Amino acid sequence: MFRILKGDYGGQILIAIVIAACALVPYLNLYVPASSPFHLSTFTVTLLGKYLTYALLALSVDLVWGYLGILSLGHGAFFALGGYAMGMYLMRQIGDRGVYGNPELPDFMVFLNWDALPWFWQGFDMFWFAMLMVLFVPGLLAYVFGYLAFRSRVTGVYLSIITQALTYALLLAFFRNEMGFGGNNGLTDFKDILGFNLQSDATRIGLFIASGIALILGYLSCRAIVASRLGRVAMAVRDSEDRVRFIGYRVDKVKLAIFTFSAVLAGVAGALYVPQVGIINPGEFSPLNSIELVIWVAVGGRGTLYGAALGAIVVNYAKTYLTGALPEVWLFALGSLFVLVTLYLPQGIVGLMRRRQKEIGHETA
Amino acid sequence: MKQLDTLREIMRPDEVFPFVHSQKGLEPITDRGVILSLEGVNKSFDGFKAINDLNMAIDAGELRCIIGPNGAGKTTMMDIITGKTVPDTGRVRFGQTMNLLGMSEPEIAQAGIGRKFQKPTVFECLTVAENLELAMHGDKSVWATFRATLSGEQQDHLDKVLTTIGLQEGAKGQAGSLSHGQKQWLEIGMLLMQRPHVLLVDEPAAGMTHQEMDKTTELLNALAGDHTVVVVEHDMDFVRSIARRVTVLHQGHVLAEGTMDDVQQDQRVIEVYLGE
Ligand SMILES: Nc1ncnc2c1ncn2[C@@H]1O[C@H](COP(=O)(O)OP(=O)(O)O)[C@@H](O)[C@H]1O
Ligand SMILES: [Mg+2]
Repeated sequence: MFRILKGDYGGQILIAIVIAACALVPYLNLYVPASSPFHLSTFTVTLLGKYLTYALLALSVDLVWGYLGILSLGHGAFFALGGYAMGMYLMRQIGDRGVYGNPELPDFMVFLNWDALPWFWQGFDMFWFAMLMVLFVPGLLAYVFGYLAFRSRVTGVYLSIITQALTYALLLAFFRNEMGFGGNNGLTDFKDILGFNLQSDATRIGLFIASGIALILGYLSCRAIVASRLGRVAMAVRDSEDRVRFIGYRVDKVKLAIFTFSAVLAGVAGALYVPQVGIINPGEFSPLNSIELVIWVAVGGRGTLYGAALGAIVVNYAKTYLTGALPEVWLFALGSLFVLVTLYLPQGIVGLMRRRQKEIGHETA
Repeated sequence: MKQLDTLREIMRPDEVFPFVHSQKGLEPITDRGVILSLEGVNKSFDGFKAINDLNMAIDAGELRCIIGPNGAGKTTMMDIITGKTVPDTGRVRFGQTMNLLGMSEPEIAQAGIGRKFQKPTVFECLTVAENLELAMHGDKSVWATFRATLSGEQQDHLDKVLTTIGLQEGAKGQAGSLSHGQKQWLEIGMLLMQRPHVLLVDEPAAGMTHQEMDKTTELLNALAGDHTVVVVEHDMDFVRSIARRVTVLHQGHVLAEGTMDDVQQDQRVIEVYLGE
């Protein structure tokens, strides 16, 4: 573990901050009295937890975009699928506490006059099965999609466009009531997870810590790939795909493996996101979401991993602030941010910090 | 008795190079030293004869220069050897018995024929050593690549290649910041990492400074012997400095062959090429 972080100062700092947050946030929330200025409200804890899952999602995008050169504009789909798998588990946990009191069927199915659980809802009452699906469903979709796309050597803009089409198609499908995922209302009104009440402070803290751990493990696994020879092959593919083929690597397989892994990571992020925000609906498949998360990575600095995590947190903090203070400005702010970063900060915030460091280095030298 | 059998096996006239697996339907070439041969090769593009009854034999360990005016068919000849282009008629053999026609490009590369293209393409975002590491021959599946570490022997080989191409100083520097000439050497190094028997090098001196050319001459001379090197070149000074066997190609056919001096004396060569 220490070997893969060697020389990765940004990563070391990121992990140190996440560990510190996992220790400090519960303390400030549970033990500091609400009257103290240092008290952290449960609302803030959940907000921070949400940022952590976004950071994990940004990592998954950076792995394929920053290292492999695949600009996926559909990664939101994998996030949403992981979220739906978790949502299905949480729906089954409601049991007979729903409005209709049906012990077997979620409310929306009763409302649609269904009399039995569809086959694809079977097994989701078991946590382990649902967690397996969190990994499996996004992974399978990415595998099938990647198999077709990479074998036929679809690259660049064309690939980006079909990833957008992928998430848009899923958006339309999940909007339909007959699909059996709650239509445009999605899945919500969750009660508890593994028997713990989702509204309680302790559960919120637990989810925050779980998100922190997932981010650290996600970071380490991405880093393990990037620091291996496979990671160097990925960067070579990004720069000159044909040449990599010529020296004997199967480029399609390299892409497929990393793309699928990245989708699984995005799914995990979605699964941790849903119990914290309390809802998953087709809006998560919106093409705009996928574009937005590419912007997080660009703002943070692509091809560094920790930059992506940083970008996700910074942009979402700004979003939380702006949508509260000046809601109509947000989309314009996001758009101009992207333009500015592309024009003036091609390496993102990380690049800016590196440049500063060099300048300071020159001045002192 | 067993040793005698082994000895007999080694001395078999039709199996000179053990890395070359025998193939049916081809009688062995009698000259034991030939590693690469083209016999009666023809290739037309839309009726234009780019290669016209080409016959050539290259000995193991040789450094051969192939010259000829633009459009003589030099690059096409390399395309045919490496399996990129399929000739209309003729034979191409590797070692005594291996028929290269009908083999795919990766198969030919795997058999031990490495090729450097005209335009240098190294991975600019990686260091010099990492470029060599990626090119190293071995299991290139995804999982094996993920788990790969450099063994002591592989590290030695890498260091040896670094020394050969004269880049041991900047091994940890980005390949993108190398000069044009250094990139060419790095690419030759990447070829060497694949442990080829034959190196086909297309116009290595193009765009080089005089100093770089001298170093390239040195490098190619050092490689000959352990490897068989076939160099296609345009620059006459460069070819003269290598000063080994030269083949002159003209309109897809061998016009003359011999030492540089012999070739320069040849009246036909002077007419079509040197005299211009
Ligand atoms: N794929 C091709 N299609 C049509 N003509 C070709 C093709 N490849 C080469 N030629 C022609 O064959 C001739 C020999 O080309 P080439 O082998 O590149 O020459 P050299 O490398 O000696 O300059 C040229 O006239 C070229 O136009
Ligand atoms: Mg040529």
